Amino acid sequence: MERLKSIDDLKKLSDRLKDETFRPEIPRVRLCSGTACTATGTPKVLSAMEEEAGKRGINLDIVKTGCQGLCQKGPVMKVEPQGLFYQKLKPEHAKAIISYTVLGNIPYRQSLYRDNILSEPIPEMTDVPFYKKQLRIALRNNGLIDPKNIHHYIAVGGYSALGKALGSMTPDRVLNEVDKANLRGRGGAGFPAGKKWKHTKSAQGKTKLVIANGDEGDPGAFMDRSVMEGDPHSLFEGMLLCAYAIGADYGMIYVRHEYPLAVKNLTHAINQAMELGILGKNILGTNFNFTIDIREGAGAFVCGESTALVASVEGERGFPRPRPPRLSERGGGVWGYPSNLNNIETYVCVPPIIEKGADWFMGIGTKNSPGTKVFALTGKVVNTGLVEVPMGITLKEIIYDIGGGVMDGKKFKAVQTGGPSGGCIPERLLDTPVDFDTLAKVGSMMGSGGMVVLDEDNCMVDVAKYFLSFCKSESCGKCPPCRIGTYQMLEILEKITTGKGESGDIEKLTAIGEKVKESALCGLGNSAPNPVLTTIKYFRDEYEEHIHDKYCRAKACSGLGVYSIDHEQCFLCGLCKQACGFDAVKETSRSFFIDQDYCTKCKACYLACPIGAVKIEKQKRKSVSVSG
Amino acid sequence: MKAAEFDVNEKIGNVREILTDTQKKRGILIHAFQQIQKEHNYLPEEQLRLLSRKLDIPLSEVYSTASFYKHFYFKPRGKNVVCVCAGTACHVRGSHKVLEKFEEAFGVKEGETTPDLALTLETVGCVGCCGLAPVVTVNEDVVGDLSVKRVEALIKEVKGK
Ligand SMILES: Cc1cc2nc3c(=O)[nH]c(=O)nc-3n(C[C@H](O)[C@H](O)[C@H](O)COP(=O)(O)O)c2cc1C
Ligand code: SF4
Ligand code: SF4
Ligand code: FES
Ligand code: FES
Repeated sequence: MERLKSIDDLKKLSDRLKDETFRPEIPRVRLCSGTACTATGTPKVLSAMEEEAGKRGINLDIVKTGCQGLCQKGPVMKVEPQGLFYQKLKPEHAKAIISYTVLGNIPYRQSLYRDNILSEPIPEMTDVPFYKKQLRIALRNNGLIDPKNIHHYIAVGGYSALGKALGSMTPDRVLNEVDKANLRGRGGAGFPAGKKWKHTKSAQGKTKLVIANGDEGDPGAFMDRSVMEGDPHSLFEGMLLCAYAIGADYGMIYVRHEYPLAVKNLTHAINQAMELGILGKNILGTNFNFTIDIREGAGAFVCGESTALVASVEGERGFPRPRPPRLSERGGGVWGYPSNLNNIETYVCVPPIIEKGADWFMGIGTKNSPGTKVFALTGKVVNTGLVEVPMGITLKEIIYDIGGGVMDGKKFKAVQTGGPSGGCIPERLLDTPVDFDTLAKVGSMMGSGGMVVLDEDNCMVDVAKYFLSFCKSESCGKCPPCRIGTYQMLEILEKITTGKGESGDIEKLTAIGEKVKESALCGLGNSAPNPVLTTIKYFRDEYEEHIHDKYCRAKACSGLGVYSIDHEQCFLCGLCKQACGFDAVKETSRSFFIDQDYCTKCKACYLACPIGAVKIEKQKRKSVSVSG
Repeated sequence: MKAAEFDVNEKIGNVREILTDTQKKRGILIHAFQQIQKEHNYLPEEQLRLLSRKLDIPLSEVYSTASFYKHFYFKPRGKNVVCVCAGTACHVRGSHKVLEKFEEAFGVKEGETTPDLALTLETVGCVGCCGLAPVVTVNEDVVGDLSVKRVEALIKEVKGK
């Protein structure tokens, strides 16, 4: 690769690549090679496609892309020029796809997407409900290009924002454009990137750092991963623009170590960009210098918190510290240098803003939350995956129109947004538009964009307990409110879910929760009580049931309810008796029944019965006998 | 990589230009743990001692930093590492049952290694493949969409490794 010596060189290369790469007359497949699709079989499909194309001597362009979003139906592939979307691919489909589509120009029905076995398949990707309402800014190149090929990135217009900025914009103009676009941080709190950049820029000292937070510790979130794996150069371009705007020479990407493919692809991309003269000294022949280093995390959620991240990069234990000093101030950033820290998705939104202008960006989304947001839609929803939507779209649209509704025809119960720092939103609030401020108003938050759909089989108390136990085990232990408070709350929840709850427990949970929120040192503790507090707010009756009726309506918590066998249904297979480890299932000549004295409510019989004849019911409330 | 072989300047990357020697040495500590662990599959004491000498960081500091991070181990680990995802998506789709199955099959609890060092069983916050929940990683491979049947098959496969 020859080094680009000027902005003009980049322009020329870009023009040439636009003509030569992705030529419309060459048949092309874009095969997803993201982590999930690789796990479900991409490598085998790839070699089958290559072999088949080779055998028939066709010039087929196979682009190995990053995640295309609908991981659950993987491996997925897009075929051009027809724009067909194929899913759940197997190596044996390669032959048919090449004969039908590549050579014969007609869809191969068997691999097309369909909502269910009875519905008609949908050939074109843009018609698939999952993709229909999406608008891709951050994920614009994911699924389009090969992340290992910098030329692909340039061919789709990559690095042209950098060329534009270096060639015709002052650093201040770049900064003002980002500020005007009101790009709010996508890592959780939604602080405007422009304001943060200004702080860092105006800080004392010549040396400044640009840091990308790729820790993505929220369980259930994988958008930053997809970008780092599938479109690393977009991230670099965003960081470069930031560096140019604020006058920084050094950059760093902090990646969690559970993402080995991200580290690999980022490293590869950095080397290519260095070679091409897009990173390094005198970038594109200007006097702008910028390099990027990768730092791997080591399995501590709290290291995503900005001050803990600084400590971790410096080689210390990842303890948060009080702010100020902020990272953007002298003495506050890594090694004391003023540092600008943003989330991966935040940086990735910058190049299109510089290219198309702030007004374009502000035209998308809502007034106070312009642009789009990527969500990891998971849980009990038909189409799980990564979706990018304009802000302001309702939860209902995301879950039903894009996600296809609740799995297995079950009843919707709640949607959990914002990860461990977020909250649970009930059905009656499904029309809530998704943006930073509205989600906060209903007691949840955007967080990094985790969105978990819960159905009637999920117990809200159990879900709250799940998030709290996550925060408890991830608490760094530095400050007592978080260390002790989450522990105490968890004890109470443990009591409630095992049937030992007492009246007054809910009030205790609320009181401790409020205290922890107020007094913890960092965001982890400040937000840890959120899932508990919102579930109490919206699903208090489930807590009451656990405590007073010793009953879990979702049948998720063992140790609750009264177990019995419905004799009308029971066909005497005996599986429940086999399953019971406590000899509580008794057999008579005509029926099975459960001996309440032996039953430990372990749920083994309930799970064993093939037809649901074992019932779990509310305990009859004992009437209080008033003795005279 | 062995502790003695570290090139501090190279490992710290481009920012070395603005760092003092002490900052550089401290700054590569976590990276050094990762490299040592890659080679030995845990952090052997003598390597930590070497590292402490090489970087001029007291052993107690070296140890306390390493022990803060979940990813570092001080005891040898199994030949195969099975990691059950306990993230939200996996949790709501029943990952705890998957974990129980593995615990039963290998007679170890989460975080433990079998006495014959055949297997280490762990959980992780999320492997980022939530679309396939529940998910397990076996060494480097991600296995998703686990049902009771597939877990049983997987257990057999791991036992055979
Ligand atoms: C406990 C904790 C964990 C966090 N984890 C992450 C993370 O994994 N990724 C991230 O971008 N931000 C994370 N944040 C938020 C960061 O501290 C910071 O606000 C963010 O990276 C700033 O980027 P933004 O302004 O672009 O959103 C976390 C915050 C807390 C309190
Ligand atoms: S709130 Fe929790 S995680 Fe944050 S500093 Fe305090 S103990 Fe550590
Ligand atoms: S498992 Fe169900 S059907 Fe079989 S004996 Fe027990 S209650 Fe009856
Ligand atoms: S990894 Fe293929 S669609 Fe997500
Ligand atoms: S929650 Fe298991 S892979 Fe994300």
